[in-house]
Order: sequence, then C-alpha cells, then structure tokens
Amino acid sequence: MTQSNSPRTLFDKVWDAHVATPESEASPAVLYIDLHLVHEVTSPQAFSEIAARGLKVRRPDRTYATLDHSTPTLPPNAQGERPYVSAAAKAQVATLEENCATHGIRLAGWESADRGVVHVMAPELGLTQPGMTVVCGDSHTATHGAFGALAFGIGTSEVAHVLATQCLLQRKPKTMRVTVDGALQAGVSGKDVALAAVAALGFGGGTGHVIEYAGAAIRGLDMEGRMTLCNMSIEAGARAGMIAPDEKTIAWLKGRRHAPQGAAFEAAADAWLALASDPGARYDKEVRIDGAAIAPMATYGTTPDTGIAIGARVPQARSTSDERALAYMGFAAGEATTNEPVDVVFIGSCTNGRLGDLRAAAEILRGRTIAPRVRMVVAPGSESVRRLAEAEGLDAVFREAGAEWRLSGCSMCLAMNGDFVAPGQLAVSTSNRNFEGRQGKGARTILASPATAAASAIRGLLTDPREFMDATKEAAHA
Amino acid sequence: MPEKFTTLTSKTLVLTQENIDTDQIIPARFLTTTRRDGLGKHAFHDWRYDADGGETNSILNEIDPSARRILVAGHNFGCGSSREHAPWALMDYGFRVVISTDIADIFTSNALKNGLLPIVVDGETHADLVAHEGQDVTIDLEQCEIRRGNRAPATFTIEPFARQCLMEGVDTLGWLAGKAADIAAFERARGEAA
Ligand code: SF4
Repeated sequence: MTQSNSPRTLFDKVWDAHVATPESEASPAVLYIDLHLVHEVTSPQAFSEIAARGLKVRRPDRTYATLDHSTPTLPPNAQGERPYVSAAAKAQVATLEENCATHGIRLAGWESADRGVVHVMAPELGLTQPGMTVVCGDSHTATHGAFGALAFGIGTSEVAHVLATQCLLQRKPKTMRVTVDGALQAGVSGKDVALAAVAALGFGGGTGHVIEYAGAAIRGLDMEGRMTLCNMSIEAGARAGMIAPDEKTIAWLKGRRHAPQGAAFEAAADAWLALASDPGARYDKEVRIDGAAIAPMATYGTTPDTGIAIGARVPQARSTSDERALAYMGFAAGEATTNEPVDVVFIGSCTNGRLGDLRAAAEILRGRTIAPRVRMVVAPGSESVRRLAEAEGLDAVFREAGAEWRLSGCSMCLAMNGDFVAPGQLAVSTSNRNFEGRQGKGARTILASPATAAASAIRGLLTDPREFMDATKEAAHA
Repeated sequence: MPEKFTTLTSKTLVLTQENIDTDQIIPARFLTTTRRDGLGKHAFHDWRYDADGGETNSILNEIDPSARRILVAGHNFGCGSSREHAPWALMDYGFRVVISTDIADIFTSNALKNGLLPIVVDGETHADLVAHEGQDVTIDLEQCEIRRGNRAPATFTIEPFARQCLMEGVDTLGWLAGKAADIAAFERARGEAA
C-alpha cells in the first residue's frame, strides 16, 4: 500500500492498513476485518444465507460468538431449565450454538466463564486490540474504538459478507474530532461526557462520520470510561468513535488472554502508540466541548441527545416531535425532571455494565437502602464482571440495599429477554437508548450514569449523585 | 439478494415524526426470529396495536399497503440499532422506498442490500411530498429523479455501486466473494496463511 506523507488521523491509519482493494468511482473499498463478533439475534439469517450458497466461514479464527441479547438473567430452575421468555428465544440461542459448532467458531456459551455482553466480553478477553478493524451485527460495536480500533456495527447481510469473505464493501467515511478539554468535576463520569457529547452533536449530527475523541478530559478517563463514551457514538449517528491508544490502553491490555504476550506485547505496544493522529492531521469537522463544565447528566426526552444537567429545566419544544416526546415522558417544558417518582432503576448494559460502573453504584448504595417504591435490577456486563464484583462483595451491597442481582446479559437495555419496564413506569437506566418502548412497551426511560442511577434508587427521584458522594466523604472523615 | 429496482410509481404514506428509530419500526421483542420473512405484521407494532393487542387508529392500520409503497418520513429516519429486521419489516409490510431529509447510515446500508430504496432529499422536496400525501409519485432510479404531477423533477444521489446493484439485481455477497484472490493476497501480504 502506498501512503502519502501528509499527516494522517488515527482513523486514516487504521483504514489504510485494511484496504484489500481500493475504492473507485464504481465500487467501494474491500475492507478487511480483523475481528468479527457474533451474537444470537443478528446472525441466524446470515448463517442461513451462506449455507444456502454452500459457502464456508472464511476465518473462524477471527470470529468469536457470545449469547447475550435474548438470554434470561435469572438462573436455571431445579431441573436445569433456563427461564427463556419464549420458545423462539430458546430456539435462537440453540441456532447460534449449532452454527458455531458447524463452522468451528468459538462460542462463549452458557457453560463458558467468558460469556457476556459482546462489547464487554471482547475487550475483557483481549480480543479487541488497537489498530484492528472490529465489526459485529450490533450498533454499539463502536465501544471497541476506545482502544484505537476502527469498530462499527453492521446489518445481518453484512454479517454474511464477513462470515464468507472476512471483508466488507465500504466507502471511506468522513472524520470528526470531538475535543473535550479541561478536567472533569468530581462525580462526573464517562457516561456524563457521552451524554454531553451526544447532546452537543445532536441525534443525527454524526451521520456519515467516524469520531475521534481527543483532549485532556478524554486522556483523563480510564479505559472503562472511554468505552462508555465510544459506545454512545452511534447515538449521535456516527458509525464509530475512536480514541488514540496511550499508556492506559497498554496497561489495560497487558496480560489479557488474547493479547500478545511477552516480547510480542512490547513490540505491539510500540506499534499501538504510533497509531495516534499525526500533528496537523485534518478532520472534516471539529467540535469542542468544555469538559470542566459538564455536570452529571440525565435525559428528559425520547432521544439520547436530550441530556441536560440533573435539576436543569426541560427546554421548550421546538417541533411536534419534541412535543410528542415530552407528552410520552410526562415532563413539561420549564420544569425539572427531579420531582417525578422513579419506578425502576437498571444498572447494566454494554454502556455501563463493567466492574468500575458497579463499583461506582455500590459506593453510593453501601449501607443504604433503595426507596420502597423502586425496583432495582443490576445485570453485570459479563460473567467475569459478575465474579469479580462478587469477590469484592458488591453483590451483597446491592442485595442489602434492596436490588436484584442478576446473571450477565443485555437484560433491560433492550428488553427482549423478559426483563422489562412496565407500561407507564419511569426508569433511570445506565443503558444507551431512551426511545419510546425501548425498555418495554410504554416504558419511560431516563439515561444516566451508574452513580446517578444508584442515588436515584435511594431517593426514588432522579438525583444528582454528588449529594451522596459528599455525604460519603464526610462520613469517611468523621 | 436485492429485488431489482428501476422505476416505481405509487402513492405515498407520510409519517412526519422525526427520529423514527428502529425500535419503533420493529420492537426488540420481535427479534427472536431466525427468519427474514413474516415481519410485516410487526412493523410499527406499538403504534398499530394497543396494550390489549387491539388495533389503534394509526394510519398504518387503515391504508392498503400495496397501494402506498413510498414512505415519506421525518428527519433522521432509521436511527438506532443495526437490526436488519427494520428494512425486512418495512418491505414485508409493503414499502419499497423511504424518503427523508436524513437517514441513518446502518439503516441505509441494510435497506439497500434488500432492495428498499432509501432517498435523502432537501427540505423543499420533502415539504412538497408531505403537503401532497397520498398522491402518485414516481421514483426513477435510472435518472435519479423523483417526479410528482407537473412539478419539476427533484434529483437525488445514491452511492453508485448500490444503484447498480439495485438496477441490475447484482448480488453483493457474490460480487465480494469474487474478490477472493485479492483478499487472499492481502492476507499473504500481512504474513498470514489464508
Ligand atoms: S447491552 Fe444493549 S446496547 Fe449493548 S449490545 Fe446489549 S442490547 Fe445492545
């Protein structure tokens, strides 16, 4: 591959290294995919498609599957039967098990200690590495961009393309740099940055673009916070979000099972650091956000770009769609959303189901109980997260506070496994989408951070977590 | 393989709401299928059916879908999840064309692979289509034109490869599989045994 000497972005470097056939006026580039992640919901029709054509999976060694979306989060009964929501959900899981067995694809299935929500599991295992191209039949694949990978969601037809050819037909997207300067305030997490960024960009503001997040506030985030931020890039319509690898990235990956080991790791680390955008590299669009001004955020509407500081007033509707959203949520313009009783609190998902997220929530809940009216469900992002959390006693903190402690899975994030919010109920959720009915028909969703979710569970009202953080500190000092 | 598409004349259905996401187009609880077909009955399910399963007064329950094959929708259509079930459901319901002032990336890609034509138009063209709901509109993929009545045709752009695939019924997977030699060469150049 020939490369010009002009400064390149992180995205350019990863893109250039994966072009098997360059694009032309007539046809898109053939882009090589390093890691293809698969789950039970968006893959069955793709496997049928390649089977119908007599095609094989080209690189089972670059393919990794898990069960997460339609899986129950309650344990099996005494007969060992899992409480699937329907026969169809059970059949869907069985179909992936069969397809993986047929094609020699590794599956983190029910018996595996590695099983988890696809975007939590793959980084944990070291499958996701800087500079890779990563795809999955799932729009939150952007999560993996936190490692400096080019990672994006694809549809089922494209899942078939990657299974059969390890490649995709792609036009080169545009680039956008979102710079978040300054230091984040105490009590402000990666989720708050994500909600602030999506609000700044607008719901479709990233369409056609790959975002690179840069700036002091981004470098200050830990890897989990970076994953949370990249995860929600799709909520601004962007195909992917990326962050240049640094020493934090390297430290996080070191020793992970599928990461290079020993001397190979040191060599890889040097190559990873070199992926950072060159000075003077150009972007199609630039956006700046003052990180120091971000407060704990929560959404008031039915799109993820409606995040405002907790306690701030709901803005006036500017369209009939805004009016519809406020009517659905039961909020009025000019009022705060902190007076409406909360029915459900959900902590989990590929956005905020990692160990650090559970720790942040548990820290607030420790020694406290949730409001009697609140139902709180905690679904760890993976079985590994669940084990680590239990080893620290976090499960006990949640249980003693009055929350339900579940097996890992997508659970109430998309409510297709039987975990859902009832019609009309108001949920504070650490997941990523507050669409009408996303968490169940008629469910009303407020998106927020794990700390905010925990604080809201205690009060039974949407609550700024700093109210409890200060109290915790005072108690510690007393 | 996409259904071929060259020209279509049909009446429009207008849904002006902005940000119609894929959870509205097909709620997640209908994704447990392992097939592509039969999803039309769940298209816009929660708009069309109330809590007891009874039909609402949604226009989607009142029209004859076979006579309204062009959906004109509000800004940022198809945002949200990557589920290809969304275009499958829309096509099974009866649509062949979706027109909006902005359409999400993954939805566009998914729609094109199935022969559902996503068209992004300017605000003026959109306003005209909204104002003339239910009238006959011609979508001409060869000329990349939208024609309505005596109004001057509006042009649209579409990625050229996708257009060719739609017009000729090219099978994208077959085309990509035809690049096997290039793909193998790429793997060898990286020092991998294919
Ligand atoms: S947790 Fe939610 S967003 Fe993440 S993969 Fe599962 S359903 Fe999708």
